[in-house]
Amino acid sequence: MKAAVVVFPGINRERDMARTLKLVSGKDPAMVWHADTELPAGTDLVVIPGGFSYGDYLRCGAIAARSPIMDAVRAHAAKGGLVLGVCNGFQILCESGLLPGVLMRNGQLRFICRDVYLKVERSDTPFTRGYNAGQVIRVPVAHGEGNYIADGETIARLEGEGRVIFRYASPDGMIDPNWNHNGAINAIAGILSDKGNVLGMMPHPENHVEASIGRTDGRGLFAGLVDQLGQAA
Amino acid sequence: MKARVTVTLKTGILDPQGKAIEGALRSLGVEGVASVRQGKVFDIEIEGADPAKAEALLKQAADKLLANTVIENYRVEVVG
Repeated sequence: MKAAVVVFPGINRERDMARTLKLVSGKDPAMVWHADTELPAGTDLVVIPGGFSYGDYLRCGAIAARSPIMDAVRAHAAKGGLVLGVCNGFQILCESGLLPGVLMRNGQLRFICRDVYLKVERSDTPFTRGYNAGQVIRVPVAHGEGNYIADGETIARLEGEGRVIFRYASPDGMIDPNWNHNGAINAIAGILSDKGNVLGMMPHPENHVEASIGRTDGRGLFAGLVDQLGQAA
Repeated sequence: MKARVTVTLKTGILDPQGKAIEGALRSLGVEGVASVRQGKVFDIEIEGADPAKAEALLKQAADKLLANTVIENYRVEVVG
């Protein structure tokens, strides 16, 4: 796996992400600055980490989505390359048009920083092959704007095409408004692009990968990617 | 030339911030508020004196960056 982590001013989860990629794949990712116009040659996974790019000014992710490196990320995605956006990274992917919809202010207006339970809807994607369909994983969230919304037609298409990959759920996998912390429509926590090679998700799988600091539920996502890209190479 | 771009949420998009402001107004005793929707105003200085050109430029700015047209509408005005 040859991963590149894109860094924007105000991003603060890039080191967690780089550490996890190193831990799981054995290789340090390239750190790519927002003003760069090219990804390192041979990059097979682009990761847009979490944080507060440009201080969340204007709208979360809006300014980062229009920075020079995003043209290279778009070109990578258009060729079928894998892109993972976490938290602010998901917001940036939506603002850049790589994923549909918008992440609005959380329904109850509070910043949420806690562990949540996610139902993994599918295991037949490059991002979730390390899990079983229907499996429930526990990972942290930390966001003020994670309330996913899109027009009815888009939601129907996402659901119809099986592109909702993660949903907020109860510990036993029930979809229940009490466990949908930010009020996202259909409890959507993560979605895939139409070609299935771009994943955006609000929770942080990169923070639950080591038994020494708690749980390891996030590891499956990265192990699955290593497996996928190892096979492709 | 002075201009203004006003960005508002589309009808039907839930506005939790507007709801909170609405609640605060009520608790302050400001009577008769039926509902509140919040948005953004951008005051922009434009070079040159051609209002048609200015309007085209403002629309470009709004489409490219100032508004997310998935959830927001915008209005441009050249104030003079």
